[in-house]
Amino acid sequence: MSGITIYKDKCTGCAVCAKACPFDSITMVDKKPVIDLDKCTLCSSCVEACRKFGAIEIIRTTTQTPDIEKYKGVWVFAQQRKGVVAPVTYELLGKARELADKLKVDVACVLLGHDIKDKAQDLIYRGADKVYVVDDPKLEHLLEEPYARIVSNLIRKHRPEIFLCPATSMGRSLVSRVAVQLRVGLTADCTGLDVNVDERYLLQTRPAFGGSIMATILSKHHRPQLATVRHKVMKEAPVDLNRKGDIEVVEFDKSFFISRTKVLNVVDEAASTVNIAEANVIVSGGRAMGGVENFKMLEELAKIFNGAVGASRAAVDEGWIPYSHQVGQTGKTVCPKVYIACGISGQIQHLVGMQSSDVIIAINRDPSAPIFKVANYGIVGDVFAVVPLLIKRFQEVL
Amino acid sequence: MNIIVCIKQVPDTTEVKLDPATNNLVRDGVKSIINPFDMYAIEEGLRLKEKLGGKVTVITMGPPQAELALREAISLGCDEAVLISDRAFAGSDTLATSYTLSKAIEKIKDYDVIICGKQAIDGDTAQVGPGIAATLDIPQITYVRKIEEIKDGNITAQRTTEEGYEVIQTSLPCLMTVVKEINNPRLPSLKGKMKAKSAAIQVWNAAEIGAEESRIGFKGSPTWVLNIFTPPPKSNGKVFEGEPQDSVNQLVDSLKGLLY
Repeated sequence: MSGITIYKDKCTGCAVCAKACPFDSITMVDKKPVIDLDKCTLCSSCVEACRKFGAIEIIRTTTQTPDIEKYKGVWVFAQQRKGVVAPVTYELLGKARELADKLKVDVACVLLGHDIKDKAQDLIYRGADKVYVVDDPKLEHLLEEPYARIVSNLIRKHRPEIFLCPATSMGRSLVSRVAVQLRVGLTADCTGLDVNVDERYLLQTRPAFGGSIMATILSKHHRPQLATVRHKVMKEAPVDLNRKGDIEVVEFDKSFFISRTKVLNVVDEAASTVNIAEANVIVSGGRAMGGVENFKMLEELAKIFNGAVGASRAAVDEGWIPYSHQVGQTGKTVCPKVYIACGISGQIQHLVGMQSSDVIIAINRDPSAPIFKVANYGIVGDVFAVVPLLIKRFQEVL
Repeated sequence: MNIIVCIKQVPDTTEVKLDPATNNLVRDGVKSIINPFDMYAIEEGLRLKEKLGGKVTVITMGPPQAELALREAISLGCDEAVLISDRAFAGSDTLATSYTLSKAIEKIKDYDVIICGKQAIDGDTAQVGPGIAATLDIPQITYVRKIEEIKDGNITAQRTTEEGYEVIQTSLPCLMTVVKEINNPRLPSLKGKMKAKSAAIQVWNAAEIGAEESRIGFKGSPTWVLNIFTPPPKSNGKVFEGEPQDSVNQLVDSLKGLLY
């Protein structure tokens, strides 16, 4: 039976456990810890803190994947759209290669699509040792039902210990179904991945509460360990044209391709020519931009770096820019290399959507604006004075 | 048209912080709200009912106080509410939560559409919606920004993608997760508020939904949180004040090697 036990004879009443509890579930009563079981998640932080005295024990009973030691290898789901492998796949391959080298196992890719066979070699150049290709007209679009059925089947057959999938809207929708079919753990939107080589655990670090806190998640007793991974976080695997690998085209029975869902039309919107989730540089505007016409200078600045234009909720609500550009709690979460916030005060709802960016630059008239607290660089000044000067200066130095 | 809306009670994230001294989540005075994305799910459920008839049942899994979230949903116009609550659900990850909600939905039995918000703002996983669809083995349309048509047992909807959108058609019953763009949620009416006060909220425990013990709570959750921490702060933020041209020059100089 799962539970947490306090050995009062070993407890010295030091309250280190109460301080260590991330969930605020321990209170000290008469110098002994009392656990609030509604808050406790059996995370073991207190056990770690009390290692010296050994007064706390946690027992977690859970089912385990049978033959767990037979699961070997790191897999990557190669996402394709319109026959082109999404660049985020190469980022995942870079990480997969690193993890696999630590675990001394192979990297394999799963590539599903139509007329896609010739893309498999690129995955090998990027670090895969093996590519499983399923090529069928019915797989042209990413439809969750057939895709999940096929991916689950390949996993059951070949038993990888780790399976990574891009945290795109498609990737998340697909792999959630795979996790349920296999009844294994799935960690969403990881920004950090490492392995414990001895125990072969995947240490999955991800932001929660929109990035205001980070959590490390484990799935000890189940294989494979499934994770979706954010783009622009892992380093893209380099191309090595000398790499050799094995491509296996796998055939499936017709029943695997059945889908109750079909795609009637695919529409790419001109407004989002540069997808803000994938942009390296984002220039965002807030309420101080004052009007739709003033977003032109942000576009101009973004264009210098082939970047995208984002916006705060205030600017979207004013109708200055479409919702697809909104960054923040009710919009998109982005993590570009450089985020330039122009006339954005930095409400927490906005910060949670962009604070994982590598470098944040803030331009705001108010020196006490919260945006400066998360900014690496800031300019206190009027956006209408600063942005044109910035454009000019960048053009001079580039 | 029988519509089920799944909601979650979450802390109002504007107030979530870690205590810098103890590294604890600061929970004092943190308000609980209906997950903002679920407000769009409720609204869309109500609009479908108004257009096609039927009823909206709102469900949530959570501690006894999650009842408040259900009452708020009733004040907006939902017809029935079920709280799925049991100590045995503690420690549920997305797999166990998907299973638990699915068992409750199976108990409700008659449904055409299940609607969820695209994700919850505390966990941000977006996994439970598709997880329910997979557990019930029904089709799903995620990130729906517009329902175009429901006709002859089929639904056509626009699904948001990173590049734009796709028009998807599938058969009912199905599960949808919805994004903010889909509607503008209404405010509760006075009549609704009155109704919410006196409405009977059904409470179902693990046994009542027929959940297997090994698939709920800690036991049914393959993943758990090892630790939580505050992300490293941005170190030494440099702020330039003074003449705009000077500030711009200094900023651009600082970005050498990063942007050019």
